[in-house]
Order: sequence, then C-alpha cells, then structure tokens
Amino acid sequence: MNISFKKTLLYLGLITVNVSLLYSCKPRGAASAVSGDAASKVYVAPGKYDEFYDIVSGGFNGQIGIYGIPSGRLFRIVPVFSQSPESGYGFSEETKPMLNTSHGFVPWDDLHHIALSVTDGVHDGRWAFANGNNTPRLARIDLSTFRTSEILEIPNSAGNHSSPFITQNSEYIVAGTRFSVPLDNDNGDVPINTYKQNFRGTVSFVSINPQSGEMSIAFQIKTPGVNFDLARAGKGKSHGWFFFSCYNSEKANTLLEVNASAKDKDFIMAVNWKKAEEYVKAGKATKESVKYAHNIYNEKTHSATSTLMNEVLVLDPKDCPGMLYFIPCPKSPHGCDTDPTGEYIVGSGKLAAIIPVFSFTKIQEAIASKTFDGEYDGIPVIKYEAALYGEVLKPGLGPLHTEFDDNGNAYTSFFVSSEIVKWNVKDLKVLDRVPTYYSIGHLSIPGGPTRKPWGKYVIAYNKITKDRYLPTGPELTQSAQLYDISGDKMKLLLDFPTTGEPHYGEVIPASILFKKQRKIYKIEENEHPYAAKGEGQARVERKGKDVHVYMTAIRSHFNPDNIEGVKMGDVVYFHVTNLEQDWDVPHGFAVKGSNNAEILVMPGETQTLKWIPDRVGITPIYCTDFCSALHQEMQGYVRVSPASSNVGLSFSTGKTVPADTTKSVSYNQPRK
Amino acid sequence: MIGIICLAAVGFLACVDKKPSTDEKLDTQELTKNQEEVHGIEIKPGEIQLTHPLNAQWVTEGKGIYELKCQACHKLTNEKLVGPGWSGVTQRRKPEWIMNMITNVDMMLETNADAQKLLEECLVRMPNQNLTKEEARKVLEFQRNNDGDK
Repeated sequence: MNISFKKTLLYLGLITVNVSLLYSCKPRGAASAVSGDAASKVYVAPGKYDEFYDIVSGGFNGQIGIYGIPSGRLFRIVPVFSQSPESGYGFSEETKPMLNTSHGFVPWDDLHHIALSVTDGVHDGRWAFANGNNTPRLARIDLSTFRTSEILEIPNSAGNHSSPFITQNSEYIVAGTRFSVPLDNDNGDVPINTYKQNFRGTVSFVSINPQSGEMSIAFQIKTPGVNFDLARAGKGKSHGWFFFSCYNSEKANTLLEVNASAKDKDFIMAVNWKKAEEYVKAGKATKESVKYAHNIYNEKTHSATSTLMNEVLVLDPKDCPGMLYFIPCPKSPHGCDTDPTGEYIVGSGKLAAIIPVFSFTKIQEAIASKTFDGEYDGIPVIKYEAALYGEVLKPGLGPLHTEFDDNGNAYTSFFVSSEIVKWNVKDLKVLDRVPTYYSIGHLSIPGGPTRKPWGKYVIAYNKITKDRYLPTGPELTQSAQLYDISGDKMKLLLDFPTTGEPHYGEVIPASILFKKQRKIYKIEENEHPYAAKGEGQARVERKGKDVHVYMTAIRSHFNPDNIEGVKMGDVVYFHVTNLEQDWDVPHGFAVKGSNNAEILVMPGETQTLKWIPDRVGITPIYCTDFCSALHQEMQGYVRVSPASSNVGLSFSTGKTVPADTTKSVSYNQPRK
Repeated sequence: MIGIICLAAVGFLACVDKKPSTDEKLDTQELTKNQEEVHGIEIKPGEIQLTHPLNAQWVTEGKGIYELKCQACHKLTNEKLVGPGWSGVTQRRKPEWIMNMITNVDMMLETNADAQKLLEECLVRMPNQNLTKEEARKVLEFQRNNDGDK
C-alpha cells in the first residue's frame, strides 16, 4: 500500500508537469496519466446530454446514485433501503411499509451491488435490482420512475452480499449469504465455536415476474458453512448455471483475516439451476416455515403494502445430486465473472498472484468424466486443472473483479497494486495497465457483465481518495474514475466524486432509458383512499382522535390552508394530493415541529405526513419545493387548541366563498 | 473557470499529435426532438365548430374535468382566484384561444399577447394539466354552458 501510494504520488507529479507542458505546447512526457484530449472527451456542454446512465450503489448510505457518463455529473439519488428526508421515502405513511422486515422497521441498509434486467443477455432497461447487505434484502427499482418499487427480505440468510446478480433472461436474481449461521429453524443458542457443526450457508434463487418484475423466492439451496462473496450467472452456452465465489472454506469463526486465509484454495460453487428447478418440480424441496417481509409499492394507490411471508422451499444438496459442484480457486476468491460468451469464468483470489480462468466446456467434461478431487461436505470438488482454461500470470496484486469489452478483452481491478489491468481472454496475455487513485474495488464497463458489452469506457470505483480532492475534515469524498478504453491503451479521463461508498455500478446507454421516463401520475388514475381529486374534494374529517386532512396542492396554494379545531391528543394526517399534471412540478409539504421529514408529492400523486401536535397554538405549514413565482405564498396555518376546547373543526382556503360546487367546504367562524 | 477549461481544451486540440478518434457517437440530442408530446398541437382558427344546442354530455364531462383539474385556480364567477374567473370567457375569447391555452399553454405564453398580459397580472404560469384536445373541447362546452349558451 505504501509503495503504491508513493508510486501514485509520483504519477501525480507527472500529471502536473504534463499539464504545464501541454499549456506550453511542448512534447508530452512519456508517462502521462491524463492524455491531452481528456477534457474534450468528458465535456458535456450546458444543455446537452450524457451518453450513458451510471447506476451506482451508494454503499452504506443505502441509496443509489444516478450519474451521467462521460461527464460524471450526479443527477439523482434514489432512496432504496434508507429513509430519505428529501423525498419523504420511509417517512410518509405510504412508504414506511417499504422498510418493514421481520425485525420490524429497519430504516437503513448497506447497498452493495446493482443488477440491471436483461433480455437474452442484453440490457432491456426495465429494472435495477440491488442488495441490502446488512438485514438481508433485495430491492427492485423501476427505471421509468427511478423509484423503489419492491423490497423482499431473505430468510435463512445473514448478510446478503453475494447478490443480486441476474440470469440472462432475468429469470432469477440470487442472494448468497455472506455469513453462515445456524439457519432460522435451527437452535441458534449455541457456542460460537461450534461453527463447524451448527453453521450453514444458503443461496436463494429469487424469480422475477417477466411482466410486473415482482420478486418471489423460488427456492433456497442449503450449503456448507462457507462465506459467499460474489456471483455471476452463466450466459450463452453456460445459461442454466450460476457461479458463486466463496471464502472461509476453513470454517473459521474468529480472526478470519488469518484463519480464513490458511488454505491455498477456496472455491467457486457452480450451481446447475435448471437441475435445481427440476428437483423443485419433483418435490425434492422441503417447505420450511420462516418469516420474511415482502413489500410492494402500488403506483395506483401510491402506497406500499408489507406482507409477512411464512414459507420457503429449501433444497438440500444431499437429495439433489448433480446440482452443486465446487471448483478450487486460489486464495479467498472475491470476483467471479463470466465473459460475454459464457465460456470463461474468471476467479479473482484476493490474495492470489495469478488469475485463474475456468472453461465451462472443461467443467462439463470434468463432471461427465467425474474428474473429481474428493468432496467437500458431500459435494464433489472438480479437479482444478480439469476445470482450468489457463492462468493470467503476474497480472498485479490483489485481483478483485473483472468486466469485459466488446473486443474479447477483460479488465481486472487490483486493490493492492491499485490499477486496472487489461488482458486478452483467449491468450491470457496482459495488454495494458493503468493506475487508479486509489485502491479500486469494483469496476464497470457499459454492458460489461452482459452478453453485449457496449464498451467505450471503464469506470473505477475507488476505496480511497486521499489527496485527489479538496479535503473536508476527517472524512474525504468517495470517488470514481473514468477511463477511455476505445483504443489499445486505457486513458484516464476524469475523477468524479460519488455519494456513499460506490461499491458497484452498471452503465446503460441513455437511449434505452431516455424515452420511457414517466413524467406524471395521471390524477384520474389515482386510487389513493385519501386522495382529493379536485379542490371540491378538499376537506377535513375527524374519526375519533384521528384528523384526516384531504389537502390539494397546485401552484401556488393548498386547499385547505386554514384549519381549526385540531386538539391536543389528536393525530393529524395530511393527505396531500398534487393536482398538477405537468412534468417536473412536485410540491413539498412541511409542518413546524413535526417529528418527521417533509413529503415531496409528484404530479397526480397523494402522500401522507403524520403529525402529532405537541403544543397549543398556531402551527404553520408550507410548500418546500420552489414551484412558481408565488411559491413563497404557498403556506397555511393550523390552529391547535387544548383537548378540552370546544373549537369546532373547520377549514377553508380564500376569504370568500367560491362558487357552487364547493358545498363540502365550510368556513371559519369569527374568532371569539 | 469555464473559460479557462475551454482555452485549455483548445490548446489541447491544437497541440496533440493525434486527433481524437471520431468514434460513431450516439446522438442523444436527437432523442429530445423525438420526445412524445401528449399536448402541443396548435388548434387553428376555424377548426372548432360551436354548435347549438350544447352537447349535454360534453357539458357534464367538462364539469368533471373542471372540478378535477381547473377549479383550484378558476372560479365560475368573474372573480379572479389564481387565474381569471370563467364568467364571460367564451365571449371574451375565441374557441381556439381557450383550447390552445389549455392544451398548448407554453406556446401561448410565448406568442400570444393576451396570454402574456394575463401572466403579468396573475404571476403564475398556467399549468399544463395534460388535457387532450377532446377533453379541452368538453371544458369549452362546459364554459359555454356557464356563460348561459344554449
């Protein structure tokens, strides 16, 4: 690390020199890290659009960041597993159920990986899937709204890291547990050092409804007690198989840094999921009673529902021969990536000095001829050499992940030596290497994990930024870097800051998503039970201690905007319907002193802010999103009276009585 | 700042020995031109025929649309709320003016002097409420009814 850091500092020096050389129009130095035309390649003129969307995990902020490529500009942050005070996601009554789990309301998670939906192995731009690493969950984001549509909890799991990776027709996404633990129905009150007897792993196959995108756990497979890390589906010729990297084949339960790094080789687990489907159909799966939440957002009612599910189908490899195989892979494999043809599976041992490339054809031959090297917990281990296509020699230090371009090349990230290395998949020769600043984790090429890479760029998602940006106290920005890969040599074009920890992102051409963006929700289709569809329906109703305000918002007033008769001890629900029907005109709504966030209501939508008044007096309400020249006038008042008060419920907007169609509106009595 | 970047870019282009490759670039600008517009087709003078008696069904449906999408800003009297009251509007304005104002408000605010004058008075751009031409026609029928047309 130290050496590489010095090396990169040296590079930095060279960049500075190089830039000044360019300014003075003299020949460039040999080791330039930024090439002369970098600025023009990433410059997207004001009002112009980027060529790609980069959909990037926000790591421990539990959100997803949407960036433009090549500019690196941040457009939007999509809340997924975390509450968002900006939009009210997880704060509004409608969205709270999205964050429900079998543990109750869990308002945060650690979002690591993105999988974009594919048809025939090619991006189709329908959905993005993401994993919650901490409280095992999967999420589906609708790419026409850039909003979270669904969250599914995964039972029998303890850390959903090896997820959500997708099969070539979006049949399944997977969820492999990062921790092995006693499973949900086992007695978990056991000494931790009984790991080897009591701890098990699972991988779940979650089916995707081809029309609605709805997720459901098709089946889980019980596995030995290893740690699942990453995975990729087979494609093309290997469609029907899934490959999971795993570490800790030592089954250590403490100081894994040392104890899980003892063996020369851990495993890639190959799953024949078509076979698994057959076993499920043949009734080999056991129904287990478990608890997990399934949360779905309905765009008609503008509300989420959370259903507690209680059953899952589990396959035990003991009863399912031919379903699982282990392939030895050097030194704690991390990335496990299949090339666009599906023939090659690249394992990346974090501590290995080579990159093994396995051949799907050879794996099939080895299985047919039973070229095994014994068993691991009853599962056949294929002989390393029998599965191996070849090794990339001396590629760098600490290989992590590999993506592919459209010309038969692979690009592997190296954390320890802090670089991207380009190599040819066929002859395994290293072709080029570029430094990253610093300590790259994942990398992504547009379409890199699919059958049809779009190529052109590779993006490095870095773990350390050190001296790359203006410092901001103890915590420095997170960052990514953009490289041009259209030529023989990779060229660094741009550093751009990101939110959270940018674990992984998928890059998709703008043309696929551009036209399908939803502009508004049609007010006619609003089926929210508390919607006020037109100002004639604006009203306030009391049901015992609950006060329901059916409120409308349009530039630039609320109806009602004067409310009296709320009393201490009441619970007030502001159901705000945005009557606008034009693109990009949300209205915000906030209440002074409310123990809550704002809500941001899209055109045609209804959202609800719950407020429990805590004092007698006049409480202001206002619109938070600058909506028109008279936005600052978009405000109102709620009068809160003591519980014993006899102030009647009343509400209004405007001093005078509007015309004939407003009989449901009543008007303030003069104050006493 | 931008100036410096531009200058630098020019400098780069002038100095680099190899010109940037002219890879076929996706023209995302083209995409904006092809955006689907559910509104915005201008209604020409003479295109809208006013008939008698009023179409009762359109009046009813127009009233429903009014209550859902217009009432928040327009009263049926001559009193201004956010926008002008509707009383007498069908005498003041041509049918195509009213319908363009509903379905094509951006065009009207750019090109029509009367619409611009209203914006100065009201200070709120009339929202595009995404009505189809047919729906706008029904609202017009409702307005005629409100003005006592038979």
